[in-house]
Parts: sequence; C-alpha cells; structure tokens
Amino acid sequence: MRRLAALLLLLAAPALADSGLPPAEWADRQLPDARQEAKAKALMEELRCLVCQGQSIADSDAELAGDMRHLVRTRIAAGQSPAEVRRWLVERYGDWVSYKPGLQPTTWPLWLAPLALLGLGAWLARSRLRRRRP
Amino acid sequence: MSRALRFVPLALLLAFVGFVAWRLANPADTVIRSRLEGKPVPEFALPPAVPGRETLASGDLRSGKPRLLNIFASWCVPCIAEAPVLGELKARGVAIDGIAIRDRPEDVAAFLKRHGDPYQRIGADMQSSVQMALGSAGVPETFVVDGRGIIRYQHVGPIMPQDVETVLAELERAR
Repeated sequence: MRRLAALLLLLAAPALADSGLPPAEWADRQLPDARQEAKAKALMEELRCLVCQGQSIADSDAELAGDMRHLVRTRIAAGQSPAEVRRWLVERYGDWVSYKPGLQPTTWPLWLAPLALLGLGAWLARSRLRRRRP
Repeated sequence: MSRALRFVPLALLLAFVGFVAWRLANPADTVIRSRLEGKPVPEFALPPAVPGRETLASGDLRSGKPRLLNIFASWCVPCIAEAPVLGELKARGVAIDGIAIRDRPEDVAAFLKRHGDPYQRIGADMQSSVQMALGSAGVPETFVVDGRGIIRYQHVGPIMPQDVETVLAELERAR
C-alpha cells in the first residue's frame, strides 16, 4: 500500500511540478539589443527543455525552461557567444540538451546517412537510365 | 534486377517496423543525469531560504567530510515523500544541506515545520541558476559531495526507504 502511494506520488509529480512564482526577469522578455535577442532566440530554439524533453526551451511553458531562457539571455547580454552558452549546458547535461548534434563517433551515421542514401539513389538511377537506352 | 533484390525494400520496411515496435515496448531512458560526477561543485553563494537560517555557499561543501546536497522545493510533491527519509538519514549522522528551488521563504518555513527539517544550511535558488550549474534537471535530486567539494554521486528523484543503503554506501565511498 505504501509502495503504491509512493508510486502514485511519483506519477502525480508532473501535474504539480510548478512553483506558481512569477517567471525570471528575462524568461519572457526580449533583450533591448535586437542583434543579441536574435542570437539568443536562435540558440533557444536549439536547446532542449529538460522537463518536456520533446520541446525546445523557446516553445516550452515549463518553469525550468523559463529559467533556461533567462540564463541564455543574461549570458548573451553579458557578451558570451551562443557556442559558449551551449557548451556550458552540454558540460552539465550532455549532448542531449542540444538539438544541434556535433560530429562525433556516435553521430557519424546521422551525418553520413544522407550522403550514403544520395549515393545509393545515384547508383540506382544510373543502372535504370543505362538500361533504357536503345 | 535479380528476383532476390526485389524484396530488399520490403525487408527494410519490416526491419524499420520491427525497430519501432521494439522501441515502443522498451522506451528510452528519460532520466537526465548530471555530467558533473567526479567534478567539483560549481562556485555559488545563495541567499538564505528562510530568514535567520544559515544559508549555503559552495565553500560550505568543502567541509572535510562527505555530505548530502538536496535539491527540493515546498511545491514539489515527491519531496514530501522524501522528507521522512532525509530525517532518518540525519538521525544516522548524515550532514545534509538543502537548496530550495523557486520558493518563498514563508512556504519553505511551512514545509519544514510540517514535514521535518533535516538541513544544516538552506539556500534559496530563485531562478534555478545553481540547479542548472549543478546539471540537475528537476526536484528532488540529491548529490553526494565529498570533503573536498567534489560531486561523487547523484540520486535523481526522491530518496525512498529502499535507497537509503545505496546513499549511505556512496557517502562511505566518498570518505
């Protein structure tokens, strides 16, 4: 029974995982400098929300996503580059947090598959076209 | 084209459907772990979470002996389930510091009064900034920090009674 209660508590968590406190200062406010805001926005669209996991922090309503947007904007406003901010987050949460995968042994298939498929397509087309010739 | 080659697309489709079915039956692990295990706690200094209570800075974690750093919040339901277990850990001599995420002082005080107060120090992290610096993705989470301020172990989710021995063993290992 206690185990069941604990399990139910765990399941109930996402519904109640909100503090109800107002969002951080720069969570939903644009930076006054339009170029910095554009850089921050582009980065936010490539960072994964830690709570919803299928959304970018630009799209997510989760409070932690709001705090992540605040972090991105304040760091960009302080002069950090988007690459530095991304690296800071990847150091803590792993490549998982970024929607823009780098070229590493584990991501080779991802980058090589399009090339391999193009090659395969070219080969198929060539053998077909050759056969049609009278 | 040879006869056998004709079935390659079908085989590819079946392989794809098989993979999707397998993934549906065995969903990927969605727990996000901190990459800071084995690395020092990032530098921070937090304001007190409850007026009059001792607050927390990263230097406090370099205390010469292992301690627990518990990330919690008064609005976090699993934290209620965890509270008595933290109380038991404290009774067994474990030093515990807390970080309250996005919380009002009066709410933290009420939470501690109602569910027990196992903490030596509590800092308030209003914008989850220290939480993110630690690589923590939610509440509750607990880190084992050794005497030199190095993160040695992370427990994601509430520490339940069945986790106590693991946490104690990790504290012992961090000695």
